[in-house]
Amino acid sequence: MSLRGRACIVGAYEHPTRKAPDKSVAQLHAEVAFGALEDAGLTKADVDGYFCAGDAPGMGPLAMADYLGLDRLSHVDSTDIGGSSYLAHVAHAAAAIALGRCNIALITLAGRPRSEGQATGTGARAQNATVPDDPFEIPMGRTVAGSYALCAMRHMHEFGTTSEDLAWIKVAASQHAQHNPHAMLKKPVTVEEVVNSPMVADPLHRLDCCVISDGGGALIVARPEIARSLKRPVVSIRGTGEAVKGQFGGYPDLTFSGARFSGARAFEEAGVTPSDIRYASIYDSFTITVLIQLEDLGFCAKGDGGKFVRDGNLISGVGKLPFNTDGGGLCNNHPANRGGMTKVIEAVRQLRGEAHPAVQVADCGLALAHGTGGLLGHRHGSATLIMERE
Amino acid sequence: MSERIIAAPVVDPSTKPVWDAAAEGRLLIGRCRDTGRHFYYPRGASPFTLSSNVELVQASGRGTIYSYTVMRVAQPYACAYVELEEGPRIFTNIVDCDFDEIRIGMRVRVVFKPSQTAEGEPGAPVPMFAPA
Repeated sequence: MSLRGRACIVGAYEHPTRKAPDKSVAQLHAEVAFGALEDAGLTKADVDGYFCAGDAPGMGPLAMADYLGLDRLSHVDSTDIGGSSYLAHVAHAAAAIALGRCNIALITLAGRPRSEGQATGTGARAQNATVPDDPFEIPMGRTVAGSYALCAMRHMHEFGTTSEDLAWIKVAASQHAQHNPHAMLKKPVTVEEVVNSPMVADPLHRLDCCVISDGGGALIVARPEIARSLKRPVVSIRGTGEAVKGQFGGYPDLTFSGARFSGARAFEEAGVTPSDIRYASIYDSFTITVLIQLEDLGFCAKGDGGKFVRDGNLISGVGKLPFNTDGGGLCNNHPANRGGMTKVIEAVRQLRGEAHPAVQVADCGLALAHGTGGLLGHRHGSATLIMERE
Repeated sequence: MSERIIAAPVVDPSTKPVWDAAAEGRLLIGRCRDTGRHFYYPRGASPFTLSSNVELVQASGRGTIYSYTVMRVAQPYACAYVELEEGPRIFTNIVDCDFDEIRIGMRVRVVFKPSQTAEGEPGAPVPMFAPA
């Protein structure tokens, strides 16, 4: 069954906080849920489907569903593929709606890594005795930043990609973030500033990394007939794709991501090609994440990502493919260290014509959002969504 | 500059032979008997066929660097994927060298480095690689 046109995004809300020392994670889930329902013109009594990922407090969706007072649920899902979970949740919600298992689904994300002082990118993790890869990787100092850096180093080796190329991605994000009053990093930066920032994990500099922020976001996915009865512009699901990529038993190729598979699936379902996309939210945990995904999604050929992002090609109003017009994870917000939620939210803003006027894409009828969750160089999930304005 | 403490790998009955061999300076990797292909990390099922017709075999310990990064933290260290002569690319560290001299394609050989538990007790030595 194709999910094309089977469900719509009717509510979207990004929490304005970037540091929430006095709020609990559960409270943040409630605030974003309320915000998204208010945006849609609905109340919690309308919600019969609930989605959160494995990082939400409690067992699967149970504690949060109870905390939020969701007492009419007929469908729940706590799929966790890291930061890409929330894109998968939209697709799973559309599937559940298409099957008649629910009508109005709520998806929430919240977290406080900034207030909790997590060493998100470079900190050592504890081994989990039941996770089979941990004893072979944690003693080696596996980190988030290091895993992405290994991919960047190999990409540079095979294709001649440079640190300056990667820096253009941060430059584009910062050009957008200057218009976002909530963004953590509002000041536009130059290529020189990025490549001269301190090295974190060769070849990734500090400014190649995303921000660490508290906050969250929520989405409401509904049956199309319901969407059309509400007052907001209708954003319809057109294509969806998911994939996971690991080490293939010890034969990893670090130059591509699961986007190669999830993107192809989403484009096939949508019946469109990359050149049809007017705006793209591309997961930006690090600059290299963006570059590899752009290639894998088909916006340019494998190895041509450096050339594609140069000279402001990702800047709205300047280049061919406006991306992450809220400033993205690189400058705006990366709540709970999971950027998939905000990727969908900014795509919805663009399709509704509600992005900041300085970055709004003219006649934005078709948008893509893509997420990568986990460790790019070890094992990760990928999820792609293509959405259109009706 | 002091070197970082290497966390002791958690050993369970399925991986004990691997770590016992490490204590003798031998690198064991998985081999799928059905396909003849080697795999890493070692496990009880073939990642190629899902069959349990697998064995542990000793690797030569020689390989080349597929990719690397230097973690610029308080006690810097170099992570890498090393492509073994037997085929698998294994996630490891590059040690006993100037980090600025590490290059993709560099030939390396296995060395075992001591690890330590959270309680400060010695753990199994872990396979890392130095310039050959």
